[in-house]
Amino acid sequence: MAAPLALVLLVAVTVRAALFRSSLAEFISERVEVVSPLSSWKRVVEGLSLLDLGVSPYSGAIFHEVSNLGPCAYAAGGKTTELNPQTPLIIYLFHFLIDYAELVFMITDVLTAVALYFAIQDFNKVVFKKQKLLLELDQYAPDVSELIQTPKEMHYIPLKVALFYLLNPYTVLSCVAKSTCAINNTLIAFFILATIKGSAFLSAIFLALATYQSLYPITLFVPGLLYLLQRQYIPVKMKSRAFWIFSWEYAMMYMGSLVVIICLSFFLLSSWDFIPAVYGFMYPESPSHPDLCREEVIPGCPAMTPSSRENKEMFEHFSLFFVCVFQINVFFYTIPLAIKLKEHPIFFMFIQIAIISIFKSYPTVGDVALYMAFFPVWNHLYRFLRNIFVLACIIIVCSLLFPVLWHLWIYAGSANSNFFYAITLTFNVGQILLISDYFYAFLRREYYLSHGLYLTAKDGTEAMLVLK
Amino acid sequence: MGLLSDPVRRRALARLVLRLNAPLCLLSYVAGIAWFLALAFPPLTQRTYMSENAMGSTMVEEQFVGGERARVFARDFAAYRRKSGALPVAWLERTMRSVGLEVYTQSFSRKLPFPDETHERYMVSGTNVYGILRALRAASTESLVLTVPCGPDSTNSQAVGLLLALAAHFRGQIYWAKDIIFLVTEHDLLGTEAWLEAYHDVNVTGMQSSFLQGRAGAIQAAVALELSSDVVTSLDVIVEGLNGQLPNLDLLNLFQTFCQKGGLLCTLQGKLQPQDWTSLDGPLQGLQTLLLMVLRQASGRSHGPHGLFLRYGVEALTLRGINSFRQYKYDLVAVGKALEGMFRKLNHLLERLHQSFFFYLLPALSRFVSIGLYMPAAGFLLLVLGLKALELWMQLHEAGVGPEEGGGSPGPSSSLLSAQGVGLASLVAPLLISQAVGLALYILPVLGQHVATQHFPVSESEAVVLTLLAIYAAGLALPHNTHRVVTTQAPDRGWMALKLVALIYLALQLGCITLTNFSLGFLLAATMVPAAVLTKPHGPRPLYAALLVLTSPAAVLLGSLFLWRELQEMPLSLAEGWQLFLSALAQGVLEHHTYGALLFPLLALGLYPCWLLFWNVLFWK
Repeated sequence: MAAPLALVLLVAVTVRAALFRSSLAEFISERVEVVSPLSSWKRVVEGLSLLDLGVSPYSGAIFHEVSNLGPCAYAAGGKTTELNPQTPLIIYLFHFLIDYAELVFMITDVLTAVALYFAIQDFNKVVFKKQKLLLELDQYAPDVSELIQTPKEMHYIPLKVALFYLLNPYTVLSCVAKSTCAINNTLIAFFILATIKGSAFLSAIFLALATYQSLYPITLFVPGLLYLLQRQYIPVKMKSRAFWIFSWEYAMMYMGSLVVIICLSFFLLSSWDFIPAVYGFMYPESPSHPDLCREEVIPGCPAMTPSSRENKEMFEHFSLFFVCVFQINVFFYTIPLAIKLKEHPIFFMFIQIAIISIFKSYPTVGDVALYMAFFPVWNHLYRFLRNIFVLACIIIVCSLLFPVLWHLWIYAGSANSNFFYAITLTFNVGQILLISDYFYAFLRREYYLSHGLYLTAKDGTEAMLVLK
Repeated sequence: MGLLSDPVRRRALARLVLRLNAPLCLLSYVAGIAWFLALAFPPLTQRTYMSENAMGSTMVEEQFVGGERARVFARDFAAYRRKSGALPVAWLERTMRSVGLEVYTQSFSRKLPFPDETHERYMVSGTNVYGILRALRAASTESLVLTVPCGPDSTNSQAVGLLLALAAHFRGQIYWAKDIIFLVTEHDLLGTEAWLEAYHDVNVTGMQSSFLQGRAGAIQAAVALELSSDVVTSLDVIVEGLNGQLPNLDLLNLFQTFCQKGGLLCTLQGKLQPQDWTSLDGPLQGLQTLLLMVLRQASGRSHGPHGLFLRYGVEALTLRGINSFRQYKYDLVAVGKALEGMFRKLNHLLERLHQSFFFYLLPALSRFVSIGLYMPAAGFLLLVLGLKALELWMQLHEAGVGPEEGGGSPGPSSSLLSAQGVGLASLVAPLLISQAVGLALYILPVLGQHVATQHFPVSESEAVVLTLLAIYAAGLALPHNTHRVVTTQAPDRGWMALKLVALIYLALQLGCITLTNFSLGFLLAATMVPAAVLTKPHGPRPLYAALLVLTSPAAVLLGSLFLWRELQEMPLSLAEGWQLFLSALAQGVLEHHTYGALLFPLLALGLYPCWLLFWNVLFWK
């Protein structure tokens, strides 16, 4: 299996290297779908040069808060502008590696793919073992043999995952744009690898790093914990002592590493400036930058967030409300999903990563690429997916329409922002439907496994499952 | 969501799509075409109206009387030009300075990718002259442009004369709040492009030009003028710009207002507007105008210097003086007054023109169809592709159902994945090959022109066109041999999968094109959709092949040329049509390289490969 993986890696690196050398690289790195202010390379460079000048990378806000320009000047290719949302560790990382930035981004992509490859390989073994156990215990209904995953089917899944991640156009674009989103993805991939390998400590560290990078992965704590518990055969029961002890340990490891990382950042910069800059930025309506989203003015705005459509001036009073409504979505589903998918933490993790990439503020296609890499793992759900064709078409159409409508809005000046935001909304709706389709397919498969594939209703006719 | 998840309703919907697919497709196609034809009729066409407040309510009184002066300027200009054989830069500078403008020149040069035989130019170098009238009432933050393009022959002298006379008149007025730039460009659009690029300090087409010494503010609007006679019978207004971009409708409304005020006769696409919209004649004439506009817009060419301004977010239109055999003629004063009025109203603008429509079709000068009303026509056509794709998907997927809906068919679904794997593998070769042919079509003609001229007795321009045609024809022979290499287990699945991909590919491209340039999208959809939907390897193959060839992008171009001349009431003979077709090909490639028109790359890299896929489906074995 090593040879095909090496081949895939080689192809992926070649494609990226070719694109880095082409004239397209600059164009791609300007695209709002690929780069948001949160993940843009320009901000890293900006932070770096400020650091080199002996100024705190986060001091921009002090000078520029009054100017009220926000990312406007930034997007116009302007000078240093305002809050820099890159974390100190990233800035320090590239302090040493700035000359090799392209190489670093290629390596992070490769690392992500390799981590996912090994993680899924391991996960498949676990799935197979569990399936065998349940078969031996006669837990499955008698006629479900065609639903059972065979090793032959599962053999190529890890390779497909690596392939899906590396050659996904979204990943390629975000790598070529040097979006720091690629680094987030690597951290999450390593977190998944560590979790599946059963190393609670490493898992906690990577989760802490990912959280430190972009805050939202905090929701992955629950699936991570569930998987580790499952691996150690600790039942998830409120009364179980082992459960509480292990959860406590894991939480402490996580909190501990998070504190260490944050303190490290503090010592590097000797100021706490970065906290409001990095984490405050994620809330588009936070008071620290009052004028982020004046539509029509700002090409670099969080174009893909639903929240950005709300015109600030009209809804000034409700800004807190909007923050809550838009941010709550990311965290809202964690608990119900944890209850429903208690037995299937990896699927839970997949759904949660997808939810993050849909509902986070400033999403980019790089985030989408990460959960798309998991699609091959759920190949066996394919026959239960209902709308995959329509939804795939929606997503492809939207991806193509982004640049077209952006062009009409910004360059041609003939369409307005509504066209573009309508497409971002459609894209998100498509993603949501896709994820719920997967979720429903998963539940149905589980139901069939335990109740038999050919159900009959009370009157003897064929029954069907209806989602209500 | 209920519709998507409720199996009963889903099944009903699936059955509907499968059973009624052919009638639905036909109905949708007919609806699309009918909708388009209905666009010229009153409920869908509306009267134009001025939306911009700053231009609507104020009256201006035109005082321009410099007709005689304009004629003198024009005569002098023509004389100097004939003497020097090029743009009399020194004379222009002197004259502009004498009427009180700040005068600057800009020299530019451009080597075309291959000799342009229509305009007889290859290595072009020239000089633009422009004078700025500084506004008295404001800082130089905004400006208006009046431009006259001068070609190689001595046309447009009267336009230059009128420009100078207007400049002299404007200089004496005190109400200007925007700078006015009077621009005379050499070599038609090339000069305009060079000036615009230098003004905005960008270089998008590889033009070498000198730095601009003087600038006014951001250009709010521009009017290009083409006049070749002392008297005109009518003014023709041209709106279609590069890549089908249109100026804001308010600018056109403004022009029309002043034409009406001055009693000037104005035409659109060379057609007078029908008076009577209640009977059938008016709308039919409107339809003719509309079709002409669609053809022009679809060509993606800039049909006047204004088209290049549009790319920079400057609203612009071209006015062309027509001198025909009509009895009543207007002199330069009437034209000058209309221009003066327009500039005075534009001077009142408080912000960029943005109130009115940017997407519209014009069946007559005072009637328009807005985007909301014409989009369904294209929507219906694209729906045909969607319906057909859905049907194919359902056939491929055994009606797209899970076990509880499929009525117990465990056999096919388990082999589905493996079959699909094979299907996908067999798609890669045709996709790659057709894209490669498209790439060759895009790159080779210009790249290989020198090789071709060495080996064959042709000029560079002919070489480019002939290579284009050769690669285009070779593409037809090439791809349908490829899939034999890959053996498929289920031959029927193979072509269906390929057709599905091709349909989606086509729908995507047409959708994107329609959004940016409705005319082009509609034209291509109306021609390509039926053949694309009908094509399959069974049945009357020669008929399908003929239909496909007739609707291939090049054939559409040829057909459009004939239709265009037919509508202009100058029908072409076959030989003329072929000559025009060849020169249109050369022009298309040239316009892409010199101005950045996107039609050529779109056809070569997008639609032609897509069309080849259908060709491939047809010859699937």
